[in-house]
Amino acid sequence: MLEAGTRRWQARLMLGLFLMPAVLWLVSLIILPHLDLAILSFRERVAPREYRASLEQYRTFFAEPLYWHIFVRTALMSAIATLLTLLIAFPIAWTIAKLLRGRASSLLFVVCLIPFWVSETVRTLGWMILLRESGVLPSLLVKLGITDVPIELLYRDSTILVGLVYTSLLFMVVPLVGSLESLDNALIEAAYDLGASGWSVLRKIVIPHAAPGITAGCIVVFMMTLGNYLTPTLLGGKNSQWFTEQIYTQFITRFNWEQGAAFGFLLLLLSTSMVWVGLRLTGQRFGEVMRRS
Amino acid sequence: MRRLLATILSLAVLASGGARADDAKRLRIISWADYVPAELIALFKKETGIQVEVTLSNNEEMISKLRATGGAGFDLAQPSQDRILAAQREFGIYKPIDLTKVKLDQFVPTLLETVRKNTTLDGKAYGLPYLWGTDGIVINTKKAKAADYLDLCKPELKGKTAVRLKRPTMMAFAFALGKDPFALYGDVKAYSALMDEVGKTMIACKANLKFFYDNKDQLLNGIRSGEVTAAMMWDTGGWVLNRENPDIQYVAPKSGALGWLDTFALPAKGRNDAGAYAWINFTMRPEIAAKITHVVGSFTASKGADQLADAKLKAQFAASLPDAALKNIKWYPAIPPGLEEIEGRVLDRVKAAN
Repeated sequence: MLEAGTRRWQARLMLGLFLMPAVLWLVSLIILPHLDLAILSFRERVAPREYRASLEQYRTFFAEPLYWHIFVRTALMSAIATLLTLLIAFPIAWTIAKLLRGRASSLLFVVCLIPFWVSETVRTLGWMILLRESGVLPSLLVKLGITDVPIELLYRDSTILVGLVYTSLLFMVVPLVGSLESLDNALIEAAYDLGASGWSVLRKIVIPHAAPGITAGCIVVFMMTLGNYLTPTLLGGKNSQWFTEQIYTQFITRFNWEQGAAFGFLLLLLSTSMVWVGLRLTGQRFGEVMRRS
Repeated sequence: MRRLLATILSLAVLASGGARADDAKRLRIISWADYVPAELIALFKKETGIQVEVTLSNNEEMISKLRATGGAGFDLAQPSQDRILAAQREFGIYKPIDLTKVKLDQFVPTLLETVRKNTTLDGKAYGLPYLWGTDGIVINTKKAKAADYLDLCKPELKGKTAVRLKRPTMMAFAFALGKDPFALYGDVKAYSALMDEVGKTMIACKANLKFFYDNKDQLLNGIRSGEVTAAMMWDTGGWVLNRENPDIQYVAPKSGALGWLDTFALPAKGRNDAGAYAWINFTMRPEIAAKITHVVGSFTASKGADQLADAKLKAQFAASLPDAALKNIKWYPAIPPGLEEIEGRVLDRVKAAN
């Protein structure tokens, strides 16, 4: 009796020890800093080294239309980037999961993976070399006679989208491949045998089966784009207007940690609610999505 | 469990550089690009045995990094002289300089006096002069014409100019509009109105800009490749380009070049003050300071070092900043607290404008 109790206690201790790194990580690097930021966001500077509790930071956000504008713009652009990523990643995932076998399939997967062997900075700088006015693509266009003078392809909204889609492609492909691989080919064949068109097979069989993978990919990509700093800043230049840039600016160049913290929480709120709305609209459950992908 | 925690803690301390015995053997400097030449690091190491470690930064980042740690992590910082007082009042990130440990007779007295005036708080000195220079316009004379800051907004230069989205640009535009922003430092209301006006001018000018640059190389490459033909830039960058291509020149704008002066300041929790003082005294020796000028292209606060500068640089300096332009330099006074918040709002508006 006593022995069993000791053993159970030991098992619990072991479990605790195993969970320790995760718990330490969560508490010391995520929960504590967020608490600190929350407190920061609810105070206001009145004089040097003198602060008081206030809602001023959040009020500023709603009172200044320009912060609103950037906030909404970031959300919209992220949603568009997510959709584009899905449209481009789906055929790739389909090819990897269903059309190719063995070596060819792994090869295509590796091809998708290779760009991620270098850091995001290098990848983005690569785009800059390709697209800048004196860069590779504009001079190619001139040589081919498509444009008379080199045109600037950087610093446009579409450039930001290209960079964002490129950066997040892999994170859409992986969950999609996972969910498509588990789809039984017999189902598709049966549907065709019963006279279904390609479109209705996609709509009634493939997409419902892949829904958790699609949702998981979309969530990951949306959060990554929304929180991306480097790509919009470098590729968007003077017109990037990304919300994370606003947060950086408030913290680093304005020394206004209070405002920056408030912006950070608003962004967190935005991504959480967008994910929630997305799950609601598609009728998915978060736990289910994360397990299936 | 307790032992595990202790191990983790000690590992963390080690990782954060807590090997205290070594503190006297290294000097961590946070500074601008090129300000601490590799040649000097080697010379200093040979002379004192102290290893210098450099972190590249700019004014805002220096303040933010030191604020985040309460002034720890670095033993010496090099902010501009106008950015010390407000940061010290707000965040207490520096410690006073013990002037008895500094060879003050090595410094140019006028520069020493300017910095002392702008960085003294409660009777204590927080800064010593290091390097100075000016902000003006760099133009490719074959492809563009510009005599003042606002010429960067002229339609014939559309898509070919660049400025920073920072306060120096606002000051420059204010002077170019015929106003004196420094005279309004004490009058928040009038200053705010002036900044609104400057903001409107910058928004109108935005379509003309290729980009807002935020590092030296971005601008240098833009000008070298011909994508940018005129830009607001500091003198040394212009002189570097001029050596590569004589068509590119640095000119002092009609409304006055902006004079900046970067300093030595001691972070509040620096661990090697002795090393920092040794470095300050070392770099201000005329022959050492001349080496710095050779690398950076800017003149130092070291007395007699400017005589040792090479002839090319002296000629460039004389061509860009003739006596009249030299007299017309607008030196930054210390920024009173609160102004940067006003400027920040305006800069945000410029950034968000289409």
